[in-house]
Amino acid sequence: MSSHYEAPVRKPLVLGDKSYGDISNDIARPVETPPNTDWWIAFSIAMVAFLWGLGCMAYTIGTGIGTWGLNKTVGWAWDITNFVWWVGIGHAGTLISAVLLLFRQKWRMGINRSAEAMTIFSVIQAGLFPIIHMGRPWLAYWLFPIPNQFGSLWVNFNSPLLWDVFAISTYLTVSLVFWWTGLLPDFAMIRDRAVKPWRKNIYSLLSFGWSGRAKDWQRFEEVSLVLAGLATPLVLSVHTIVSFDFATSVIPGWHTTIFPPYFVAGAIFSGFAMVQTLLIIMRKVSRLESYITIQHIEMMNIVIMITGSIVGCAYITELFIAWYSGVEYEQYAFLNRATGPYWWAYFLMMSCNVVSPQIMWVKKIRTNIIVSFVISIVVNVGMWFERFVIIVTSLHRDYLPSSWTMFSPTFIDIGIFIGTIGFFFVLFLLYARSFPVVAQAEIKSILKSSGENYKKLRDK
Amino acid sequence: MSLKRLHVLFDDDDILLDAVKEIVKSKIYIHEVYTPFPVHGLDKAMKLKPTKISVATFIYGCIGFTVSILMMNYIMIVDWPQDIGGKPSFSYIENMPAFVPIMFELTVFFAAHLMVITFYLRSKLWPFKEAENPDPSTTDDKFLIDMNSGSNLSKTKSMLKKMGAISIKEVKE
Repeated sequence: MSSHYEAPVRKPLVLGDKSYGDISNDIARPVETPPNTDWWIAFSIAMVAFLWGLGCMAYTIGTGIGTWGLNKTVGWAWDITNFVWWVGIGHAGTLISAVLLLFRQKWRMGINRSAEAMTIFSVIQAGLFPIIHMGRPWLAYWLFPIPNQFGSLWVNFNSPLLWDVFAISTYLTVSLVFWWTGLLPDFAMIRDRAVKPWRKNIYSLLSFGWSGRAKDWQRFEEVSLVLAGLATPLVLSVHTIVSFDFATSVIPGWHTTIFPPYFVAGAIFSGFAMVQTLLIIMRKVSRLESYITIQHIEMMNIVIMITGSIVGCAYITELFIAWYSGVEYEQYAFLNRATGPYWWAYFLMMSCNVVSPQIMWVKKIRTNIIVSFVISIVVNVGMWFERFVIIVTSLHRDYLPSSWTMFSPTFIDIGIFIGTIGFFFVLFLLYARSFPVVAQAEIKSILKSSGENYKKLRDK
Repeated sequence: MSLKRLHVLFDDDDILLDAVKEIVKSKIYIHEVYTPFPVHGLDKAMKLKPTKISVATFIYGCIGFTVSILMMNYIMIVDWPQDIGGKPSFSYIENMPAFVPIMFELTVFFAAHLMVITFYLRSKLWPFKEAENPDPSTTDDKFLIDMNSGSNLSKTKSMLKKMGAISIKEVKE
């Protein structure tokens, strides 16, 4: 017992009187029991939204990008907003599993699996938008530097859009192997307790024959650590490069050096908010309150509050620098954002992202589940509007007042966005019923140091 | 005197760790230990060599870095140099700042994927691979030592019992 000492000020991360076997039972339960009516209702709604989105995508591809609300002045609006929003949401997963692993934060273990799942599912949604916007999505492989029959026709490695292709592909695939490697012991746990042959076969396949030898575990831990070390700069680079899509242009409002850190903070902010939204529901539905505790919710709220404040600082710095630069185009871009025809979007962005998380300074509020849930949704709305404000307000009034215009989405634009939300939830709901949603092997390794029953035993 | 092979089950990681240390001390060969989660200190107790996978990963990263430079140098400088925005691309080093993001991404891409592939191959993990843990409870809450019986079977058994083994099974070699 003495080797499992943990300072008594640390609150337990596994509540209740749990043994190793109890943990297996609790994590395997959602996989082994049939879903209830609520799950089917949620799944049906998500599926309908997804199908609607698919229809809108098919219409876009069949008819052309003219079906969107874009025009000569605003050539980039709803699609890129959604792309950046989804990529941003995708940042929390790797942040939780990689950065918190490097910092040895044990509370990551209750939430990292679902956060990584969410990362992968949201990066898939993000990837859809540039592919649809190509107009001819079957030529998407032209994004890669493949020798071809068009003479010396190569992709342009000077372009931030191509950097994005490499960054997002690397991020998606590395997150996927990170997730899957962590899943192997947990799939093996479900495989070895499966009674039905079909379930045993499926989880045998998924677990890649994981046996849990001492040498496997030694390598597993080393691989997790090194992957975390690789994924940490990777996650920061991905949103940095997404911000380069804007920052390397010469559009007033986009051409700012603060964009990389500001985008990364915003991505973590929105990602944690989405994790919060999903896990507050999941812990209740899958009865995981012992593993995803109020303390986990509080920790995430603290991260949301801090990153929200960083984003707030960035908004104000931008305004100051625009004024201080003395460039009138730059000044007008920001004045127009705050007071122009899109003032309401700017106001939503400011109030949702900067003001609303500040209530988390009060401990009573940040440990309240309902408030946390509401704030997490408010933050995601705010972060969508942040991208909308940055993109549309910078474009819609350009250098030539005769070409000033407004952007309004068509129902196709809105339909594709709703479709990606539906697709995301379809994937997440399927995941919640078929995957071990908590990294149970890792939880078992901290049970003796951070389990409530063991802590009590030590206190005696 | 024939050596028998034993499968010894434990239900606690601390007891297992003490038992492994004891067995190693009495010079009985341990074939393998199966655990449901990483038991810290087990590899040292079993005298396993540290894994060199991070060294391999460093080399993989270097390969990725080199591949990215060779690729972009060929594509952007050698095969079809262009003058983009008044910035002609006739020299890799002068155009290098624009290539840094992809040099970084490919380094990470190669390092991460080749490391994971190495891990999967070395630990024999791939689709349709049959699991090799002798007792299914070792992925749940039990710990199994696959060991030789030593020269005196009954003495080994009583030692294991004393150390807290919950079951001892003799298995065929």
